[in-house]
Amino acid sequence: MKILTEHIDVQGIETIDVFRKNGGYAAVEKALKKMTPDEVTEEVKKSGLRGRGGAGFPMGMKWSFLAKPEGVPRYLVCNADESEPGTFKDHYLMMKSPHTLIEGMIVSSYALGANTSYIYIRGELMYVATILEKAIQEAKDKGLLGKNILGSGYDLELYVQLGGGAYICGEETALLESLEGKRGNPRNKPPFPAVKGLWQCPTVVNNVESIAATSWIVNNGGDEYAKIGIGRSTGTKLISVSGHVRKPGVYELPLGITVEDFIYADEWCGGIRDGHKLKAVVAGGSSVPILPAELILKTTNGENRLMSYESLSDGGFATGTMLGSGGFVVMDETTCIVHNTLTFGRFYHHESCGQCSPCREGTGWMDKVLHRIEHGKGRQEDIDLLVDVAKKIEGNTICPLGDAAAWPVAAAIRHFRDEFEWHINHPEKATAKGAVFMREGASWSL
Amino acid sequence: MKVTIDNITIDVEPGTTIMNAARQIGPHIAPPAMCYYEPLKASGGKCRGCLVKVTAGSEKDPRPMPKLVPSCITQVQDGMIVENTINEQVLETRKGIVEFLLLNHPLDCPVCDQAGECHLQDFSFEHGVSKTRTVEERNTFEPVDLGPYIKLNMNRCILCYRCVFTADQITDGRVHGVMHRGDHAEISTYIEKAIDNDFSGNVIDVCPVGALTDKTYRFKSRVWFSKPEEASCSCGKCSGKVTLWYRGDEVIRVTARKNEWGEVKEFICNTCRFERKKTSDWTLEGPTKIARNSVISANKYGASTITPAFPLKQAAEQYKQIDDNRDRSFLAPKKQLN
Repeated sequence: MKILTEHIDVQGIETIDVFRKNGGYAAVEKALKKMTPDEVTEEVKKSGLRGRGGAGFPMGMKWSFLAKPEGVPRYLVCNADESEPGTFKDHYLMMKSPHTLIEGMIVSSYALGANTSYIYIRGELMYVATILEKAIQEAKDKGLLGKNILGSGYDLELYVQLGGGAYICGEETALLESLEGKRGNPRNKPPFPAVKGLWQCPTVVNNVESIAATSWIVNNGGDEYAKIGIGRSTGTKLISVSGHVRKPGVYELPLGITVEDFIYADEWCGGIRDGHKLKAVVAGGSSVPILPAELILKTTNGENRLMSYESLSDGGFATGTMLGSGGFVVMDETTCIVHNTLTFGRFYHHESCGQCSPCREGTGWMDKVLHRIEHGKGRQEDIDLLVDVAKKIEGNTICPLGDAAAWPVAAAIRHFRDEFEWHINHPEKATAKGAVFMREGASWSL
Repeated sequence: MKVTIDNITIDVEPGTTIMNAARQIGPHIAPPAMCYYEPLKASGGKCRGCLVKVTAGSEKDPRPMPKLVPSCITQVQDGMIVENTINEQVLETRKGIVEFLLLNHPLDCPVCDQAGECHLQDFSFEHGVSKTRTVEERNTFEPVDLGPYIKLNMNRCILCYRCVFTADQITDGRVHGVMHRGDHAEISTYIEKAIDNDFSGNVIDVCPVGALTDKTYRFKSRVWFSKPEEASCSCGKCSGKVTLWYRGDEVIRVTARKNEWGEVKEFICNTCRFERKKTSDWTLEGPTKIARNSVISANKYGASTITPAFPLKQAAEQYKQIDDNRDRSFLAPKKQLN
C-alpha cells in the first residue's frame, strides 16, 4: 500500500504534466470545486492522520484549534526543516515529487482558509528549494496557484523560505521566529501558534509528510485512509532507514507491520548485513530512546512489536521508545553505544539555541562528560551524573530540544550501562580503535 | 481572581502572573527571577529559575499541570493552586538550575564589581548546593570594551537577554545582541562596535550578574563599603532621580533607583550616570532604604532598613499560622549553632 510514493519512480514525475497524468491535482479540483473548507477538515479528522513530524498529534484536531477571528489573516506553514539525524524522508519526497507537497499545501491551505502559505526548508537543501520553486512556477502557470484558483474564487500564494540550517528551527515556534527574519529562538507557550503564530496571526505548522497525505484523503475519503494501519495509528508512514541493514533507504509502509518483518523481510530492509547480528535500534530519529535488539522486536509482554505509534511506545520509556519522525537507525554488534551516544550528545550540544539555561548548559555538560568516558577519562560517578543531568533538563526547558537531548543519553545508560562501565573500568581497551564491549549471553554477542 | 500560593490565598487582578501574585504576598514566597524584569516587555521564561508546580489549574479545570511552569510568564487562573517553596520537586529542580547557571560561571566574585548586589549570588546562596560536581573546563571569553563606559565580561553572563530588551525598548537603536548558539552564545556588538546611546548605561543596571559593568566605577569599591543616597537633579533627558553611592565624601557611582526586587524604577540617562559625579550636581533626598538581609545594609552609615512589607495583613497572619505546620522533613536538617 503506497500513498505518497506510489508514482515516485515514474520518469519525469517532477514536472506538472507527468504528475497530472498520474492523477495529480485531482484533490485540488475536488476540494475547491465540490467541498467546503469545513468538509475538508472533517475528512482529515475522520482519517485519524497523525502529525508525521515526530510528536504524532492528530492533525484534524490541530486544525480545529486554529483561531479564526474576523479580518485577521491565517497562515499555513509547512515544516520542511527536517534536521533530525537519521531522518531524510521529507527530503526524498520533495526532491523526487515536489508536486505531491504542493498539491497537499493547496488543499490544506484551502481547508484552513489561508491565503498565504510558506514552505520553510532547511538551508542545506538549497537544491530542493530550487526544485520546489520550479514546481510552484509550473503550478502557477497552470492556474493552480495565485488568484482565483480553477475559477473557484480562492486565492493562494505559496512561498519557499530557506532557513539558515539550524536544527532548532524545526521546532515550530523557532521556525516562525526564523520565518519572521529573527534569531531562531523558540517562543514561550502559551500562546500557541494556533492563536498567535506567524506575525502574531493564527498559524498552523505541519510536517511535509502530513500535508502531502491530505490530498489522498480528499480524493479517497477519510474513512478509506483510516482503514489502513492499526488502531489509532492510521495510514502509511515514510520511514528513513539507515545503518547496518542490507537495503537502507526510504520506505513507505502501512503502519502496523511488525518490526521484525520490517528489518528482516526482503520486501523492506532485507536483514542485517552479512555475518552480523542486530544489536540496537533507534526507532524514530536521534532524539527517541535507543532500544536493544530483544526489546525492539518484542515488548515485555512477549508480543511482537509493531511499527505503530502505540506499539513502539509500549512500556513507556523504561522498555519502549517512540515512532517519532521515522528515522530508523539500525546498529549491529560492531557499534559502540558509548560512541553513538557521544555523537548524539555532541549534536545536541551544537544545536541548542542557548536561550534557556538547563538546555544550554546541560547539553554542553553531557557532551563533555560523554567525551571523557569515550576517551578513557571517565569516572565511576559520571554515569549517575549523566542520568541526573538528563533528568534535570527533561521537562524544564522552553521547547522539546532539551527532552530530545536528554532522552537518548538516559536510554543508552538504561539499556547499555555495562558498556559505559566497561569504558570507565578498562580505559586502555576501550580507546583502542574499533573496540566494542560484548555483553556475555546477549543476543548480539558473537 | 483568587490564587493560592504555598497555602496562602490572595486576590489578584486578572492577567497577573504567578510571579507577581507571589510578590504581592511577600519576598519569602516570591520565586527567584534571574531573567524576568518587570519594566521590560517580553522578558522572562529563559532562566527557568522561577519554575513552580501548579497542583490545580483553575476552579473549572482542577487538573494539575504536567510540567513545572515558569511563574514569571504564566498567568493565574481563578482558583489556581501553586506550590513554590513547599514542593520538593521545585526545590530539587532549582538546585539543578543553579548548578547549570554556575557551570560555566567563573565564580570570580572576589574581583567582581557586582558582588553584593548580584542576583546569581543570591540565587545560589538560597537554592544552590555547596559542592560542585563538574570537573570540566569552563568556557571562557575575553573581556570586551563596549565604548567608553561599559565593560563586558562574557564569562559571567547568564544570557538572560535583559540588556537586549533594554536596548530594544528604551534606546533608539540596538547595536548589540546575542551571537552564536548554545553554550558558546555570547552578547556582542558583532565587530566590537561601541554602544553609544544616551540611555545605554541602563544595561549595567539591568544585568543580574557582573557581565556588564560600569567602567567609571570598576574596581573602585566593594558595594558594601559604599553608602547609597537618593538624589535628584533637573535633567532634560531623564527624570533625574538616581541613587548616589558615596565612599566618604566622594560619589563613586550613580545608578538608577531600584525597587525591592532589584528592578529599575525609572531609567536614567548617561549624563546623569557617568558625568554628574559631584555632590554639587545633585539635590540630596536622604538615605536609600536597603533590605535588612542585604549585604549593603551591613555598612555603618545608618541607612534605615526595610522590614518585609505585607500588602495584605490577612495574608501575613495566615502565613504565620501555616508556617509552623509546613512539612519540611524532606529538607536537609539544619545544623544546630552553638
